[in-house]
Amino acid sequence: MLDVKKIRNDFPMIKELEKKKAIYFDSAATSFKPQCVIDRVNEYYTKETANIHRGDYDLSFSVSDEYEKARETVRKFINAESSAEIVFTNGASSSLNLVAYGYGQKFLKEGDIILSTEAEHASNILPWFKVAEVTGATIEYIPLNKDGSFDIENLKKVMSDKVKVITLAHVSNVLGYIMPIKEIAKIAHEYNAVVVCDGAQSIPHIKTDVRDLDIDFLCFSSHKVLGPSGVGVMYGKYELLDKMDPFMLGGGSNARFDICGNILLKNPPFKFEAGTPCVEGVLGFKAALEYLMDIGMENVEANDRMLHKYFMDEITKLDNVEVYNKQSETSIVTFNVKNIFAQDVACYLNSKGIYVRSGNHCAKILLNVIGVSETIRASLYLYNTKEEIDYLVEVLKGVTLQKCIEAAL
Amino acid sequence: MMIDNEFKRAIIMDHYSKPHNKGSIDESYKSVHMASDSCIDDITVGMKFDNDIVKDVRFDGVGCTICISSTSIMSELIKGKSIDEALKLIDEYYKMIDEKPYDEDALEEANAFNTLSKQANRIKCGTIGIKAMNILLREEKYGK
Repeated sequence: MLDVKKIRNDFPMIKELEKKKAIYFDSAATSFKPQCVIDRVNEYYTKETANIHRGDYDLSFSVSDEYEKARETVRKFINAESSAEIVFTNGASSSLNLVAYGYGQKFLKEGDIILSTEAEHASNILPWFKVAEVTGATIEYIPLNKDGSFDIENLKKVMSDKVKVITLAHVSNVLGYIMPIKEIAKIAHEYNAVVVCDGAQSIPHIKTDVRDLDIDFLCFSSHKVLGPSGVGVMYGKYELLDKMDPFMLGGGSNARFDICGNILLKNPPFKFEAGTPCVEGVLGFKAALEYLMDIGMENVEANDRMLHKYFMDEITKLDNVEVYNKQSETSIVTFNVKNIFAQDVACYLNSKGIYVRSGNHCAKILLNVIGVSETIRASLYLYNTKEEIDYLVEVLKGVTLQKCIEAAL
Repeated sequence: MMIDNEFKRAIIMDHYSKPHNKGSIDESYKSVHMASDSCIDDITVGMKFDNDIVKDVRFDGVGCTICISSTSIMSELIKGKSIDEALKLIDEYYKMIDEKPYDEDALEEANAFNTLSKQANRIKCGTIGIKAMNILLREEKYGK
């Protein structure tokens, strides 16, 4: 069990919200940061500012060293084979676009198939729309169950030699279902397809081992996993990174170039990291991952699952609420109050100091599956408590259209 | 026009549960589709003109209480008015939303939104349909 009281004390935003008697249920959008992360960023600005990889003086040398240690921390966090497989980007969207551009656009051709699902976030499907447009490959969707959940049998039905890429979220950002990535990767590899995994919603909540899952690419953001904004990771198996193209060219990514236009790129991961990166963000990200590893990701995962189950058990008792992802296992509860528009309820909850998200959550084609386009999403993380869930459920019990309108006046 | 919260709520409820001028818009209407990324309101507004008169206004789509009721109320207000009168009403509505002095009597039921400016996150809801009307009226008056 986590010492939630102690954890809450580590988060200045939690203390800030406690003063306002407000509750945060939107960690799937972004997470709060513990003090150690904030301090780490601050320290770079106050004591360590220097560019990296310009090691002629001590300051640059030591910050470069810290930056590379962060790569090693990420490697350890996801159990990659080598830290050379960890590419820093500026977020999950950046990482997913990098895979689509650098791998998809380079290697896919007419007649190839990209498999995905209708539950994907825009960041993991729009880059592949572009790949399809440029290469002539087509996108096909693995059919989902009526509740939006995934059935491996449906993948087997649509799998063929033409499939070159399977791209999907490890955890859906709308419904929170955990995809059986290991089984998916096994099938994909039997057909020589690569698996691109959007880990934005899974990395914060599930202990992830890229070697055990045998994922080819894993993309995620720092800011959803207690770290600073503006930093993300593209993990890729080294041989894939080695043969794919960078998205950007520039300083830091090349070993040498000449006046004839010949460029000799560095090896991965450096060939992907042109320009000065978000150094302070990467250092803060390292602190965030260390914070989670100190607690133990297995403990974080167990706690998130426990809280989610409690939340699900309580909210499904309400007659006036429809829950769309009863089969989900962690972090996200997606629902509507019957006969009231999601945004009206979300704004009412705001007036009661409860912060949730309403909308289609950037997964605009999922409505074809679950038959509803606007939902309320409440998402949890390690600093949330059962008492906060109780309060949300209590408020939901009494919500009426009149109260929602009044809250807007 | 003095208007208390209970009255405002009743007006909004009424226009939300039985919106005026809501339904499908055929090709005889000039229309504009409004969807914003940050909120989930997604509506289309259509107008028919007879010389400089707004002969008909219709809207369709999904939206929250504030979006649907504000669009319904304004559609009633500008229907049958001249383009200039309609633009003037919309101008008054925006003044109200911007907390500037405005013609309360002219806005009639739209006064229900006279404190919407205090809810920054709902201003978009209360203006999305009106913005569509503004675009259609200006296109008719000045051309695209």
